[in-house]
Amino acid sequence: MTNSWTDIKNTDLVLVMGGNAAEAHPCGFKWVVEAQQQRKAKLIVVDPRFTRSAAVADVYAPIRVGTDIAFLSGVINHLLSTGKVHLDYVKMNTDATFLTKPDFKFDNGFFSGYNVDKRSYDKSTWGYQVGEDGFVKVDDSLQDPLCVFQQMKKHYARYTPELVSQITGTPKDQFVKICEMLAATSARDKVMTICYALGWTQHSVGSQNIRTMAMIQLLLGNMGRPGGGINALRGHANVQGITDMCAYSEVMSGYLSAPTDADVDRETFLKVRTGKPLRPNQMAFTQNFPKWHTSLMKAYYGNAATKENDFAYDWFPKRDGAYDILAIFERMHQGKVNGFVVQGFNPLAAVPNKKKLSAALAKLKYLVIMDPLETETSEFWKNYGALNDVDASKIQTEVFRFPTACFAEDSGTFTNSSRVISWKEKAVDPPGEAKTDVEIMARLFQKLRGMYAKDGGTLPEPVAALTWPYINANLPQNSELLREISGKALADLMPPPPAPKLDAKGKPIPVPTPAPGAAPPAPLVKAGEQVPGFAVLRDDGTTACGNWIYAGCWSQAGNLTARRDNSDPTGLGVFPNWGFSWPANRRILYNRASADKDGKPWDPSRKYLAWNGSSWAGGADIPDMRPDAAPEQGVGAFIMNPEGVARLHAIGMNEGPFPEHYEPFETPVGVNLMCPNNPKAVSNPAARVYKGDMEAFGKAAEFPYAATTYRLTEHFHYWTKHARSNAITQPQAFVEIGEELAREKGIKMGDRVKVRSNRGEVVAACVVTKRMKALDVNGKKVHHVGIPIHWGFKGVAQNGYVANALTPYVGDANSQTPEFKAFLVNIEKA
Amino acid sequence: MASLQSQDVVARSATTTATPQARSAVPQVAKLIDESKCIGCKACQVACMNWNDLRDDVGNNVGVYDNPADLTANSWTVMKFYEVEPKQGNLEWLIRKDGCMHCEDPGCLKACPSPGAIVKRANGIVDFMSENCIGCGYCVKGCPFDVPRISAKDNKAYKCTLCSDRVAVGLEPACVKTCPTGAIGFGTKDDMVAYGEKRVGELKERGFQNAGLYNPQGVGGTHVMYVMKHADQPELEGLPKDPTISPMVSVWKGIAKPLAVAGMIGAVVAGFFHYMKVGPVEEKNDEKENA
Repeated sequence: MTNSWTDIKNTDLVLVMGGNAAEAHPCGFKWVVEAQQQRKAKLIVVDPRFTRSAAVADVYAPIRVGTDIAFLSGVINHLLSTGKVHLDYVKMNTDATFLTKPDFKFDNGFFSGYNVDKRSYDKSTWGYQVGEDGFVKVDDSLQDPLCVFQQMKKHYARYTPELVSQITGTPKDQFVKICEMLAATSARDKVMTICYALGWTQHSVGSQNIRTMAMIQLLLGNMGRPGGGINALRGHANVQGITDMCAYSEVMSGYLSAPTDADVDRETFLKVRTGKPLRPNQMAFTQNFPKWHTSLMKAYYGNAATKENDFAYDWFPKRDGAYDILAIFERMHQGKVNGFVVQGFNPLAAVPNKKKLSAALAKLKYLVIMDPLETETSEFWKNYGALNDVDASKIQTEVFRFPTACFAEDSGTFTNSSRVISWKEKAVDPPGEAKTDVEIMARLFQKLRGMYAKDGGTLPEPVAALTWPYINANLPQNSELLREISGKALADLMPPPPAPKLDAKGKPIPVPTPAPGAAPPAPLVKAGEQVPGFAVLRDDGTTACGNWIYAGCWSQAGNLTARRDNSDPTGLGVFPNWGFSWPANRRILYNRASADKDGKPWDPSRKYLAWNGSSWAGGADIPDMRPDAAPEQGVGAFIMNPEGVARLHAIGMNEGPFPEHYEPFETPVGVNLMCPNNPKAVSNPAARVYKGDMEAFGKAAEFPYAATTYRLTEHFHYWTKHARSNAITQPQAFVEIGEELAREKGIKMGDRVKVRSNRGEVVAACVVTKRMKALDVNGKKVHHVGIPIHWGFKGVAQNGYVANALTPYVGDANSQTPEFKAFLVNIEKA
Repeated sequence: MASLQSQDVVARSATTTATPQARSAVPQVAKLIDESKCIGCKACQVACMNWNDLRDDVGNNVGVYDNPADLTANSWTVMKFYEVEPKQGNLEWLIRKDGCMHCEDPGCLKACPSPGAIVKRANGIVDFMSENCIGCGYCVKGCPFDVPRISAKDNKAYKCTLCSDRVAVGLEPACVKTCPTGAIGFGTKDDMVAYGEKRVGELKERGFQNAGLYNPQGVGGTHVMYVMKHADQPELEGLPKDPTISPMVSVWKGIAKPLAVAGMIGAVVAGFFHYMKVGPVEEKNDEKENA
């Protein structure tokens, strides 16, 4: 979330789309309910199903799965064509005024630079025109046809309400009504928030779904403001913490882009990652990248990371390709993976195309499972009849199961969707032989290090030199780890020399040498002390910090994540002394954008931050701005971008700088109405599809129904089917269909039905509901089949088929998040 | 609980002795369920089963979200889901937390023939004293809301206690404590009625012209009340519009029972006079038959 759970209460309008907050986040949803009651905020829900969120909404509209970009692009068109844009905000906080390159084009489904054979783009024609001064050229009048604003207008004018309705199946009048409600928040004193989750991420266009919404929020002037923002509701108590701490291969801790084969040395690596201002006076905060990275390497390697060895740069693995979960299983399926360690993860149930996964796991030599529960993955080799129809005698994979402590059986921290890191204490001891994940990993590491020391091996240095400063090497304490993550000074950190004073002619006055015997300046932070924040991190090896965005969470003042002060001095839901919110205990990101160009809040009734004549400090929150940057200096609020502003035109995206509608890889209509004559641009032209998986996509002729998978409030993923209370409240696998489809198929409430995709099948009870209606898509009737995911062949709930037997093996073109939310099935009475 | 503090009991099933009435300062309590804030998450169901140490069977999906599909002796509250169109083409998904309404004038208590199996407390809670229950099922017939359930295991009736054990020590019921959206409130009846009416006003402002508070007077009002979007049509969500105690119960308790008692007393009196006048009936035919 750019904002926080508690901030939702400040909003005037809540859009729930690409998620089902009431269902999946019932506790956080209280703040939506609070806004409804206290601020008379309205709630809009857009979803293929009339959900539990819709049950308490003011407005609900249906949408066909996988067409969110078409819907949202239609909203952009509405805003731009009716002028319902917060123009002062847009000029100040976005790249709308920036000039794009003259060769940038979009034609018939493709942006300029597409290579059909490689299924990827050469992005050289995308991006901004840069002048000789090194800064981007702009047109403040917004009239130049090459400026981002005009380019956007041109691109999105194609998304007329009629076409949007034809693609999405959303009735036009309902679509227009929602456009008007959103557009009303373009007023200075109105703010909208968006709550989304996996309903947007789990698509082959997932990242662009979110980007389209971000563009809307920018046009409406809703970013960085209380009650606004782009709010990703994260999937479980600590999934935010997992991504913050680099539990995936593309980044190191704190979202530092990890090195690849192309980064042959530290200099090359740092050069492409260190930001440089693209406009005058911008903070371009990534110019501090070397400080964060060097401090991280010092946290990894301690004294062994020196200036001479490039702070151990060579010891860190360089990616030679993709290592997302689809790529890993693809390699495994090709027989290129020997061993697989699965920690707190149940891929057989959680990754698409169970048949492929099962075949892949069977090719491993060994599989290690660290989990508190007996997962389906740990018994992938065992026959459970139709639910897991494998022949154990043909599978040679050796499986090791390490029982781990569950969350309540260990201390440590959770980082929630609000980015608030909260320390927790252990409630009970783990049962039996279960050990904490940390202890298992530490013991494994000690063992491996011993083997390297004794027997040698290829490149032993990274293992031998890793710093391991814990009192008990086999059992690092979570408090030790959190202090290491927060960071400390390895030498006295002296304040930077003051800027030299200038004489009348503008020449620096020489600083007199201090008199002998004068007290030396006091260090900012003494050697060995915890750092107060990332501002003091250095790139010379004098600081160590395990995650720069967490810096300061355990300072000399102690463990700030353990704070539990629920006072809210401003009443704006900030709670500054509850836990620690990264970065810098800031509760709303980009919060400089909550004030206008003079530093006055856009809405005086929600005064969050203001320029007091000399500083931004003293507001409700920690300013996301250099505290002494006077408004007239024009320092942009989006400090992480070298532009200083937010990007409406983003060249980082793999399928285009502007989001464009593409059909899901399995489409019920078979044509992309935005470019009906281009069969190569039906689905995301830049998405990666492996050999064999393209062939495994189903066609509408055989699988006519649009399907989607989702979670139920009664269950948490594949976990709580092991818990009796949860199993009682939702005991058995089911699928949902509308009454009309049920009539056509002769299916009655509670019947057993078989749902098939081109990859597998599930059999489950059928819920027949008024809440899923057939949609009119381009004159064709499209029915949906809804498939909750929570069942498997282990646990105390009724055993059921794994829903991901059905789902397609393709991911988002940027994040590779699988397309669980839009595919094709057929359904019949079992 | 009754045995811990009998002064709390103001009405007792099938009992003619007067109940204590000395306590006059006991606040009437009430639970207010604001359906416009309820998302049907069933946290209240889980809290109920955990606080009361109840575990129902892991059942089956019968084609709806309601699980367990109905109240049982082990599920004292369940969420009921109703897909309705109060206005044609305008679908609503009404979600109601079903359970005991704790009537001011409880039909179950009135119907119960077993002394002390059902009591009403001074604070308004209607409680089942299971050790006194004979499993006759009259409370089921007596309830206008079809709430009590007889356990197949011990043949006794069970229902929500409004967490009378928690309330007795100043805590809110478990469902209230756990509700994530604040849809369930608990307090004095006066406060809950006032808050409920405020919510009704807010809902009317939001466009629900027929919003209202469900606190039916046919049973003297209830200690569990609903804020409804469509209070004019409670039957949309399976509630009676004007619930009253079944006339059969009134007949049984109001006319038939006194008559029966009079009849029984009459029989005894008649028997007494017959005995005094005619003497004992003598058995004299045994010998003949045996012969």
